[in-house]
Amino acid sequence: MHRFLKTGLALALAAAGCAQAATELVVATVNNGHMIEMQKLTPAFEKAHPDIKLKWVTLEEGVLRQRVTTDIATKGGQFDVMTVGIYEVPIWSKKGWLMPINTDAAYDANDLLPAIRAGLSHEGKLYASPFYGESSMLMYRKDLADKAGVKLPEQPTWAQVKDFAAKVHNPAGGVYGICLRGKPGWGDNMALLTTMVNTYGGQWFDMQWKPQIDTTPWKQAIGFYVDLMKAYGPPGAAANSFNENLALFNEGKCAAWVDATIAASFISDPKQSKVADKVAFAMAPVAVTPKGANWLWTWNLAIPSSSKKAEAAQTFVKWATSRAYIELVAKEHGWHAVPTGTRQSTYTNAEFQKVAKFAAAERKAIDSANLNDSTLPKSPYVGVQYAAIPEFQAIGLAVGQQISAALSGKVTVEQALKTSQTLAEREMKKGGYYK
Amino acid sequence: MTRLLPRALLAPAVGALLLWMLVPLLMTVYFSVVRYNLLQPGDHPFVGLENFTYFVTDPDFGPAVWNTLVFLASVVLITVVLGMGLALLVDAPFPGRGIVRVLLISPFFVMPAVNALLWKHMMMNPIYGVLAQLSRGLGLEPVDWLTHAPLFSVIVMVAWQWLPFACLIFITSLQSLDREQMEAARMDGAGPIQRFWYLTLPHLARPVAVVVMIEMIFLLAVFAEIAITTAGGPGNESTNLTYLIFKQSLLSFDVGVASAGALFAVLLANIVAIFLIRMVGKSLD
Repeated sequence: MHRFLKTGLALALAAAGCAQAATELVVATVNNGHMIEMQKLTPAFEKAHPDIKLKWVTLEEGVLRQRVTTDIATKGGQFDVMTVGIYEVPIWSKKGWLMPINTDAAYDANDLLPAIRAGLSHEGKLYASPFYGESSMLMYRKDLADKAGVKLPEQPTWAQVKDFAAKVHNPAGGVYGICLRGKPGWGDNMALLTTMVNTYGGQWFDMQWKPQIDTTPWKQAIGFYVDLMKAYGPPGAAANSFNENLALFNEGKCAAWVDATIAASFISDPKQSKVADKVAFAMAPVAVTPKGANWLWTWNLAIPSSSKKAEAAQTFVKWATSRAYIELVAKEHGWHAVPTGTRQSTYTNAEFQKVAKFAAAERKAIDSANLNDSTLPKSPYVGVQYAAIPEFQAIGLAVGQQISAALSGKVTVEQALKTSQTLAEREMKKGGYYK
Repeated sequence: MTRLLPRALLAPAVGALLLWMLVPLLMTVYFSVVRYNLLQPGDHPFVGLENFTYFVTDPDFGPAVWNTLVFLASVVLITVVLGMGLALLVDAPFPGRGIVRVLLISPFFVMPAVNALLWKHMMMNPIYGVLAQLSRGLGLEPVDWLTHAPLFSVIVMVAWQWLPFACLIFITSLQSLDREQMEAARMDGAGPIQRFWYLTLPHLARPVAVVVMIEMIFLLAVFAEIAITTAGGPGNESTNLTYLIFKQSLLSFDVGVASAGALFAVLLANIVAIFLIRMVGKSLD
């Protein structure tokens, strides 16, 4: 017995010793398809860099945000590489919580899409590397449109979309006119609704940081959204976000859907979508102005200043966001599976263009987004479908909650926006923007 | 000497327990009086009771307290009444009683998060849920449960999960009911209602007290079902105190206000406990 124990201990110690010889990086990431793929390619990375080992912490988006934020804000140092959204990067880099990425010639930072590179830079330095990016667009059923004799232009207006939804809405036949997000949250319903407000000519804050939620553009945009969803949306829309709508669309229950461009590759994949051969794509609908009608979002790899393994972390971040990585994924799974929305070279690749029929619409949507100028009146904040200030999470959530209440008919749109305005003012006061 | 030794030996355990309880509590008290938002680091200036003011004047606060109480009362009532009914039904021997009992108890072993997903997708989804299919089969318009009756839906889910617990306790205690006394009552001409009222119910008083107390403790902190199915909405119709504190701490990252909320929840739990112990204490004595 004793001998067993001793050998066991010795073995365990030896194993621990081996593990320490190589630098172990703890990488926090989201459980989206592209990230799972990155995790599966760990052996390729470890083979190329034998002195670095990877340890993955893969979490659902909301949980990841909670873990990563608490870790970086309290200087916990649990993670050496974190997956962060484009919302957090400007806030955190300004506070000195992130290390700049040492880009070199091999990394080719000039190849990154300009809108995204600008969004991730602070004083000319890149603070996070984009892993994949997305905008929003309109996805609809070509077969239903043809049957109803509707022709949607490349950039339709919201009125045209409503018209289309009205013509094909057929709940008895199991097809709803339009599916849009209704679940409250700044990353859920407010992402879509902010782009709607933008295109109706509204904004979150004016130049004095005063919330602008009870203004006419907001009333028009939210009023339009609630009417549209009540008339032609699926039941239970107030609880739907990206995944719920994706499931509905794949089942052939939605005629139109405005959401992230990343959805395009899922709904045109015959393995998961019943309507794969019937889908068509257009730019996100516009109203008064095309400004801010498409959102812009990227998931990025960043290195917290608290990491003690910065050098190895730099190596990994550059590997996972490099052109070579994209080619590696293409070699393993084909060009339709590569992470998109980050590099120009991906879009100019002939093989990629051949297999990804949504590529042109996606690239155009991303290019049209400008993080620093996305609203008709001038705004003091950065971001299209969010405002990159710490208070925004709380405000976005509270407003999203009010609007979901209006969507389910519990309060009027007018009332919801009035309450939202009060809530936002309260939060801004708490944040010390004004007395 | 004889008294000192046992105390000295106990001291480390007592000390550890005290630390384990006191440190988090004191930290919560400290956080509740400073301005501390995780996204706004730097100084944590002392702000007195400002956090409490923000928490109590939050428009979601009133509804959250009310929802918590309604939720608590309904689930306890449903589980006690139905649990007793079911326990009485399966008390008499019949073929297959063992299997029926196992089936009755099994919902309790479903994890809360799984329970929520099950009800959200399989039962209450207005498009493909079982309830929607049923009502369509009957020619009715499917009800969108989670939108139109969010609090009720959560009550149903949690009651479904806790019913077996109540049921189990009642089944067990019914087995210690004096059969001879029951038989004697019947021979004396007491009807089923009289027998239930004067014999079974008094016998079950103590188990009822236990069920009520244990459920209260666990149900004050219900979270998974709400977070997964309704996210506290629509609006704030299914927000309870636990969910409100979660929103402050992990969605808004406002540690100060969340700590103030946590202290309030401790207060509420104590108030409920005082009433409970008064009520329950009488039947336990």
